[in-house]
Parts: sequence; C-alpha cells; structure tokens
Amino acid sequence: MTGATFAAIGAGLAVIGAGLGIGRIGGSAMEAIARQPEATNKIQLAMIIAAALIEGAALFAIVVAMITK
Amino acid sequence: MKKIKWYGIFLLIALIASVKPLTGQEENSPAKKEGGTAASKGEEFIPGDFIIEHVSDSHEWHLFTKKDGEQVAIYLPVILYSKEKGLLFFSSKKLAEGKIFKGFKVIGEGDLKGKIATVADDGTVNEKNLPLDFSITKAIVGMLAAVIIGLVVFISMARSYKKTGISAPKGMQGLLEPVILFVRDDIAAENIGRHKYEKYMPYLLTVFFFILINNLMGLIPFPPPFGASVTGNVNVTFVLALCTFLIVQFSGNRAYWKHVFATPGVPFWLLPIMIIVEIIGLFSKPFALMIRLFANITAGHIIVLSLVCLIFIFKSIAVAPVSMVFVIFMDCIELLVAFLQAYIFTLLSSLFIGMAMPEEHH
Repeated sequence: MTGATFAAIGAGLAVIGAGLGIGRIGGSAMEAIARQPEATNKIQLAMIIAAALIEGAALFAIVVAMITK
Repeated sequence: MKKIKWYGIFLLIALIASVKPLTGQEENSPAKKEGGTAASKGEEFIPGDFIIEHVSDSHEWHLFTKKDGEQVAIYLPVILYSKEKGLLFFSSKKLAEGKIFKGFKVIGEGDLKGKIATVADDGTVNEKNLPLDFSITKAIVGMLAAVIIGLVVFISMARSYKKTGISAPKGMQGLLEPVILFVRDDIAAENIGRHKYEKYMPYLLTVFFFILINNLMGLIPFPPPFGASVTGNVNVTFVLALCTFLIVQFSGNRAYWKHVFATPGVPFWLLPIMIIVEIIGLFSKPFALMIRLFANITAGHIIVLSLVCLIFIFKSIAVAPVSMVFVIFMDCIELLVAFLQAYIFTLLSSLFIGMAMPEEHH
C-alpha cells in the first residue's frame, strides 16, 4: 500500500462525508418545500449555499490528498 | 425564433466542448519538454501528466503540436531578478525544452519542478537560492485579459449611465444592473448592515466580477487569452483571501477585538485557550475561502480534462460521442459552479466584514 493508495482512500472517505451531508440538506430542503411551497425560492437558495460550503470542506480533503499524493 | 435560439445555444456549447478534444489530439504525440516524462514521441499518452500540465501555470502558452512533434506555443516573457545578475528579461523560448540560457534553467524533476534556477558552469543546478521570478506567465496573461474585459464592460456601462441618467437600462446595463443590485441588496446590505455597507461595495463588486469573469474564461479552452485557469491558481485565490482578511481586520471595531481577545461570558481560566482558538479562527476563515475557490475550480477543470482524456485512453473514436455528452454535462455544472463560487466568496467576505462590526449588546 503506497502513499498514493492512502491518499486515494482518504479522498474517497471525504467524498462519503460530503455526500451524506449534502444528502441530508437536500432531504430537509425537500421536506421544507413540501410543507410550504411558497417559500421554495428561499429554501432552494439556502440549500445551494449550504451545499457549496460543505463541498468546500470536502475539497479541503481532496486538496490534501493531492498534495500528499 | 425561440427554437432557433435554443439550437444556437446548444450548437455553441457543442462547439466549445468539441474543441477540447481537438486541442488535446495534437498533444497526444508531444515531444515532452525538459525531461518531464519519458514519453517517446507519439506512443505514450499519460493522462495524469496531460491533466496536470493543463491545469497548472507555465511560462509558455502551448497552442498545439505539429505532426513532426514540434511544439507551437506563444513564448511568454521571463522576468528574473537574481542577486548576482540583476534584473533579466527574455523570452521563455530560450529556456524551452531544457535549454540553458545565461546560466538559468528550468528544473526538470523533483519538488521544484518547473521553477527556474541558476546553473553553475559545470552543470550543477543550484536549488537553494532560486532567483526571484516575476515572469508573465499564462495565468497572468489570462488575468490581465479578464481585467481588460471587465474594465471595458464596466467603464462603458458607467459612461452610458452618465449620458442617459436615471432611465430604463438597455443593452449591457440591462444584463448587469440586476446583478449589481443583487450584490448590493442581498449580499452587502443584508450582512454588513443598511448603514455601513456603502464603503465596502467597491471591494465586493470587484471581487464578485473578478472571480466570475476569470471562472468563465477558464471554461473556454481556445483561443489564447481564454483557457488559462486563473482562479484555479492557488496564488491568485491566496491574494483574494488576503484582501478580504485585511479589510476585515482593518474594519474591526472595539467590540470585535473584545470578542477575539476577551470573549464575553467565558470563565477566566478558559480564556487562554479561547484566545488561541479565536486567533486560529481569525486565520482559518480566509484560508477556507482560498482553498474553497481554488479547489472547486481546479476540480472542475480536472474532471472535464479527464473525461476528454477518456477518448485517448481508449484510443477509439467511438468513445467520442459518449465522452462529449459527459463533457457538455460537466461544463454546464461548471458554469453553475463558476457563478456559485463567485457568489459564495462575496457572501462570505461580506459576512466576515459584518461580523467585524458587531453591535454592542450592553
């Protein structure tokens, strides 16, 4: 198992975390939209922002994986 | 009419997406420069090196490779300052493919690969004291092009406002005015406060449009001033995050510094740890801004390049339609990411600025 393998595994784990997080956001957003369809635009906006921030955190891990190769 | 418009947009996206494999095809048989990889002429295609070469900065702008392996590139100027030789200014053609010029050479292997170093007469490369490198590289040319585009668009917009005064906007104003109002109302006024936001509007607007224009230009592969990934360069995003950091610190009021050094409501024995944590938080927020923008844009470029490389890995033209569909799809996502990242950078900057001026609660 070389360093590159560990880096790849680490990147994969980071993506699992991001996937779970964004999945939860999407789920809550859907529920909120179902409860109150008039607020769809606001909820969508907040969902996209939160998703981008979580993706930022996941990309941290990917960058570290790329650096350590 | 509407149908033709949609077909036109689709055709444009397909054209742009198809240029990517073309500009890659000639590179399939590159004579790799300066001892990069051991690729023999025309046989090996190493996707990793191809992708890294395309997303990173370089001293020349590689256009294509002719059939006999000769590289056609725009050789950008190299500006070096070394203590012995002073300021030097020459074209990077003199350093292409490992040549040595006036005692300078591009390092071929190792950690410092790609940097210019001094070479002693007997051929040993001095990797300790590198000369200061102020060269105009690919990313700088792309950035200057984006700056020129931004200046032309916005100055002409300002002029037309001056001429016509307050009236219904037309042309470019109609496109950009809602965006500017969006930045003003939903980003700045909301986060910084209705009374204090005007001072920061120039910075927030500049950051927003700078990041947006550079992101969009990074998506277009061809011709030359486009296709340089500026915001995918960590140095550029570092400077943007540094600007935000400086503006936030310089606009901190007393309540802000009190929060950092003497967080209210914390028992005194916890204070030393809280100060360390708060100071780390001070630096980690702009750091996150820098990494977020850099990683999002670079990851997007890498994904698109990988999908294009699929064609060359499988070495069959039948993969091309599948790959192109994926590339178009990823390009649309990248378009969304371009706008979103500009918005998020500006939003977080204004949030930090707003947090630097908290209202006193006593």
